[in-house]
Parts: sequence; C-alpha cells; structure tokens
Amino acid sequence: MHEATAAASSGLLARALKDAAASAAITALLLVPLVGMHATEGPSGALVLKYRFGLVAIFALLVGGLRLGLHLTVWRGDSARGAAPRFPALARLAGPAGDAAKPVFFAVLLLYPLLAVLGSGGLGPSRYWIDLGIYILTYVMLGWGLNIVVGLAGLLDLGYVAFYAVGAYTFALLAGSVPISDFFAGTLGADFWRLWSFWVCLPLSGLLAALWGVILGFPVLRLRGDYLAIVTLAFGEIIRLVLINWVDLTNGGAGIASIPPISFFGIPFSSGEGGFANLFGLEFNPMHRNIFLYFVILALAALTAVATIRLRRMPVGRAWEALREDEIACRSLGINTTLTKLTAFSIGAMFGGFAGAFFAVRIRFVSPESFTFMESAVILAIVVLGGMGSQIGVAVSAILLIGGMEMLRNLTFLKDPWLFGPDFDPSLYRMLIFGFAMVAVMAWRPRGLVSSRLATIFLKERKKVSGDLVREGHG
Amino acid sequence: MRPWEQDPILAVDRLSMRFGGLVAVSDVSFRVGRGQVTAVIGPNGAGKTTVFNCITGFYKPSAGRLALSHGAAPSPSELDALTRTGRAAARTRKGGVFLLERLPDHKVASAARVGRTFQNIRLFSGMTVLENLLVAQHMGLTETGLLSPAALLNLPSWRRREAAAVERAKTWLERIHLIHRADDPAGDLPYGDQRRLEIARAMCAQPVLLCLDEPAAGLNPRESAALNELLLSIRDADATSVLLIEHDMSVVMGISDHVVVLEYGRKIADGTPEEVRTDPRVIAAYLGVEEDAVEAIEAEVGV
Ligand SMILES: Nc1ncnc2c1ncn2[C@@H]1O[C@H](COP(=O)(O)OP(=O)(O)O)[C@@H](O)[C@H]1O
Ligand SMILES: [Mg+2]
Repeated sequence: MHEATAAASSGLLARALKDAAASAAITALLLVPLVGMHATEGPSGALVLKYRFGLVAIFALLVGGLRLGLHLTVWRGDSARGAAPRFPALARLAGPAGDAAKPVFFAVLLLYPLLAVLGSGGLGPSRYWIDLGIYILTYVMLGWGLNIVVGLAGLLDLGYVAFYAVGAYTFALLAGSVPISDFFAGTLGADFWRLWSFWVCLPLSGLLAALWGVILGFPVLRLRGDYLAIVTLAFGEIIRLVLINWVDLTNGGAGIASIPPISFFGIPFSSGEGGFANLFGLEFNPMHRNIFLYFVILALAALTAVATIRLRRMPVGRAWEALREDEIACRSLGINTTLTKLTAFSIGAMFGGFAGAFFAVRIRFVSPESFTFMESAVILAIVVLGGMGSQIGVAVSAILLIGGMEMLRNLTFLKDPWLFGPDFDPSLYRMLIFGFAMVAVMAWRPRGLVSSRLATIFLKERKKVSGDLVREGHG
Repeated sequence: MRPWEQDPILAVDRLSMRFGGLVAVSDVSFRVGRGQVTAVIGPNGAGKTTVFNCITGFYKPSAGRLALSHGAAPSPSELDALTRTGRAAARTRKGGVFLLERLPDHKVASAARVGRTFQNIRLFSGMTVLENLLVAQHMGLTETGLLSPAALLNLPSWRRREAAAVERAKTWLERIHLIHRADDPAGDLPYGDQRRLEIARAMCAQPVLLCLDEPAAGLNPRESAALNELLLSIRDADATSVLLIEHDMSVVMGISDHVVVLEYGRKIADGTPEEVRTDPRVIAAYLGVEEDAVEAIEAEVGV
C-alpha cells in the first residue's frame, strides 16, 4: 500500500520534473532570438547587438519553476478541480466568521493614517501611503457601486465610468462657476462657495449621476446580455466624447483646473489665521488635508457598503437578485423588471457620481482623459475578480489589483543593468501583468475570490449559497 | 348551464395565437370556473403552454379575449362594453374585470392576480427557500414604493410587515413540508420539492387564479398523491381557482372538476372528467387513430 503511493508520487515527481525541464528548454529556445539578442544604438550611432542571455535564463527558470509548482499543487491528478475552496481564509471572511472580522477590518481602515504616519516616520513622508490609501479606497467604492449593478442585478455595465465622469464634472462645473460663487458672495459671504462647494455639490453630483442612470437606463434596459454590454460601453465613450467636444461647457481636452480644494466643513486647510491647523492648535502641514480626504473617502465607501447591505435586505434588493437568477419568474410574480433594473442602474450610478465628485476635489482637475474605457474595465475587473455580489471580495480584489499595480512601480531591482537596464519602467507593464493576474485568478477561481452568496434572511441559520447555484444574470 | 359557466373566473373567448405561419392555438374558447380545478390536457405540441402564456401575459395573443373577474363574473353586455372602451381593466359592482390580453405580464400577476408555475421549473436557485417565498411577496411589501424610507431605515413599521411576510412564508413551508429546509438554497432541493416550492412561491403572491404547467411531471406516485392533496387544499382552503396542464391522467381524473382537451391548437372536448374520458375524439387524439377506427377501439377497451 505504502509502496504503491510512494511509487505513484515518485512517478508524479518524475513526470513533473520532465515536463518542467521541457517547458524551460522550449522557453529558452524561443526567447534566445526574441529576448536574448537586443539591438541598441552603439556609441557611434550604429546599431549593435546586445546579448541578454541572463534574462533568458531567468525567464526559462521561471517558466520551469511555475510549471513544476502547478504540477505539484493545482494539477495533481487526485485533487478534484474546484472542489475545495482554495482560499479558505477568504471563504471564511465571507461567512459568519466574517461578521467578527468586519469590526477589525474597519478598525484597521480607521487607524490606517496613524499607522502610515508612525510607520513612515512623520506626516510628510507618510504622504505616499495616505495617497495610496485614498486611491485604493476610491476603487473600493467604485467597485461596490458597480457591484450593485453587475453583482446584484446581473446587468453587465461596461460604461460605469460615465457616471464617475458625470459626478466629477458636475462638481467641477458647479464649484468653479463664477455666477454661483458671486450669488453666494452677496448672501452668505465671499468665501462661502469656495469653502462649502464640495459639501453642497456632493449630493448633487450623486443625484445628477443617478438621473443620468435613469435617462440612459430607460431605453437601454430593454436590451439583454451582450447588447446591454455594448450599448453601455458606447454610452461611456459618448460621454467622454461629449466632454472633449463641448468645449464651451467643459473646456474640452484641456480640462477644468479651477476646482476649489476641500474644506473641513467650512474651515480651510490653510496656513494662515482661521485655517484648520491654526484653529485646532496644530502646526500647519499640507498633509492634514490629505488625511482628511482619506477619511472622507472612507466615509463615502462605508456609506456605499452600508447602503448595499441594507438594500439587499429590502424587497428591491431581493428583486435585484431574483432578476439576476430568473427574469421570467420575476415577471410571473408581478415584479416590474424594467423599473427594478432602473433602480439598480441609477443607485449604482449615484455612488459612481459621489466617487466622481470626490475624485474632482482630490485632484482638483478634471479632464476627459481620466474617464476612458480603461477605468470601466478596471472597475469591472475588480467586481468580477472579487466575486460578483460579494462586498468583502470586491474590497479585497480592489486592494490587490490597485495596490498591486501601484507596487509594481516600486520594483526597482528590475532596473538592474544585468536584467532590463535602467531604461526599463516596470509600471509600463502594469497592464500586461494585470492581465496575466486576471487570467490566473479566473482559471483558479472562475467565480471570483469570494464565490458564495450569503442569504439575506434566515429562520435558523444563515447559510452560504455555493457559487455553483448562483447565476450571473444575462441582461 | 354547466357549473363552470355560471360564474367563470376566467372567460377565454376565441383565442388564437400564430407564430409566423404556425398556428399554435386556433379559435379556442372555454371557461374556468371560480373555485374549481380546471385541467387542460392534450398531446404534446397541442398548444397548452401557449394558452397559458397568453393567459399570463407572456405572449400577446393574435386574437381573442381573456376576461378575468374578481368577485363575480360580469354579464356579457358589461364585458362587451369594457372591451369597446379599449381599457384593460374596470371596476364592477361585484369586484373587478381585467382583460388579460391588454396587460403586460407583471400586471397580470400583480393587478389581475394570476399566479403561475413553469413546465421547466424556474426557481431562484441561488437564493434560499425562504428568500424565494419573500420575493414572491414583493408586490405586497413594496406598496409604499421600491425605496420606501421605512424599509431603508429599518423602522418598526417595516419590520412588522416583513415579519408578517416571513410568517406567511413559514405557513406555506409547513404546508409543503419544507420548513426544515427554509435556509437551504432552492437549487439544492430534490426535484419533487422544487415543484412544490414553485407552487408555494406562486401562492405566496396570493393569486385568485393559479396556473400550473404540468405540476406532476417527473413526480413519483407518492409525490403525485401529495400534490393532489395540495391542489385540493389550495382550491378549498385558499379559495384560489386552479387551472392546470397535465399529462398524468390520475391527477387529471382525480382532482379536476372540469377538463378542456386541445389537439393541434383546437379545442376538441370540454366537460367533466367522465364525459371527456369517454369522448371518442379524445380517445382518438390520445391513441392516435383515425376517427372511424374509434368505435372499434371503444368496443375493444370496453367504454
Ligand atoms: N415562442 C414560440 N415560437 C414559435 N413556435 C412556438 C412558440 N411557442 C410554442 N410554439 C409552437 O406552438 C406549438 C404548441 O406548443 P406548446 O404550446 O408548447 O404545446 P404543449 O404545451 O401543448 O406541448 C408547437 O408546435 C410549438 O412548436
Ligand atoms: Mg407544454
């Protein structure tokens, strides 16, 4: 008995080694001309060949090693594919144990700026980490917003960035508007609009984006599946083209730059008398504003999460999920599917609009370039990778994807002359690596990181519904 | 006058449905008696499901009138008057009348209160059994709007309504003996349980007319007997009229008060189960023989 298993495993090892060696050899052969020889400009201006066999060897070893690893783990003949969750920790996060983990998660998020300041040794040096936190949280919020549309209602929206753009431009145009500023200058003080514009415009941006969601959704939501995806994609592009070409309103491709900064509920983050630092007896530091921005986006993201949790437990949220499961059955139960889809679309759009206003006040500059299809694709990737419908999954995947792409910038060792040379910019390859990561995760966990669905109500025990039973929706 | 003609809950008049050149239902008229179990039978492809889809608003009939009444049936002249106005519904002295062919499918369910199940089960398989039954009560729970503030803020008034909905769901789960599986995904249930759950889900929407498309298909004899009991209790205890398509003759003969037989899109017989069972045209349709051979067969089977 023992001998049999030993023989089997040694046979497995031998096969794995053979396969790994073969793959490494093929890779090396292929890459010798492709990577190993590099034509560069010599000192005299003529082209000279540079040999980079070290790099070829690294690639070959990587391929061989990866295949060996796969043989010994994922591809083992006996393990049924996809039977057991491969990330038990993540699966647990989504389950009842997640209820206990959530306060911890939230506490870490609240303390993050403090940790960043302590960890990097001062307010100034912490800037990178705070900004990274803001950046990631923006995508967490966008992911959660789109999750309502794609994950809950099962409507594939490839143009989500349009609502982000509507929110950003709504805020940028209103906050930078001279007539509005003058109007309030006459009634509420010269600085009123400059200080309060964000807080007044934030809800407006969300509402306007929701309105756009309704306007777009009305004709579009009759379409299903691929058609819906294509039309939403087109809508995203149309919004961008309108922003570029309606120069009178949007200043075209040059963008809008005169956006007032955020204030601490009316108190400016300025160095002088009456500024935030002065009022609270602190030493002035421009980082105060960034830390405040961090808490604003944290609050906005939390609002999105709480609203989604609440909506899922309401009839409308259950109708969204039912719609994703079976639209025809919904209609047989009297659910107005058009109206229900419209609410999902516009509520998702509203959170996109909030995020857009935040984006505008943080960067203090908006231009159509920030709202390309790439953004929609990244947000959708976050949702799909996280596991459609799962909030924890979406948050984790936003952290992994956005944080991971950002970390690529820091891989300075790749600039070693022996590897890629100092001209190599790893961040240029972000999208490539991002794509590889997506393919890998989808191969491993086709339903996303958290594939199970938590019931919204229960009699005795809140059970998880396995991802195999949950449908993805088709329109 | 036949019992189902005295106070029909649904009057189907000259219903036709064409798909391109194919006439799936042709000039079919029948009555569904209030408080009765009415069965529609016929060979495969006879147009039974198509009739159901017309009644429940999933197809717009090519021609015909489908008049459903709450309370009591309107007189023919009242009905004609409503038809001429072009409106889809009217309030009458006794209740309401709905011309189903003029209503969109979700209105047929929510306003006219016609519930249905499907030939191939359509449960929300990724949602739990209890969630399925709550989705069915959507219309009752959203009277104050899809985004009612009371629900959004989880106010006590909302919690009371939700508790009532859960209570109704529990009652139904007990009736179909699935209370112990309330928190399991619907897709995990065995086939027979899924059939019963789909009926309970339709009933949670409190319909006045329940349309069941082959509810006994794929059930074993024991489950089939339990289904008969359930359907009779729906007729008697819930005051819901039942219209069902069925192949299983034991179900049809055992529980229906009235049987309508379709063949090639036409109605070939209409009467009590006994009348239909002995109708030579029905025997011919089921045995697939020419009409002149029917007498010989009748003699042979001894009817
Ligand atoms: N949506 C449709 N499009 C075209 N033909 C249809 C459609 N639905 C049903 N039919 C046709 O109508 C006829 C009756 O079908 P159906 O009502 O499903 O029969 P039954 O339920 O009695 O078995 C069949 O010939 C079928 O092919
Ligand atoms: Mg059928």
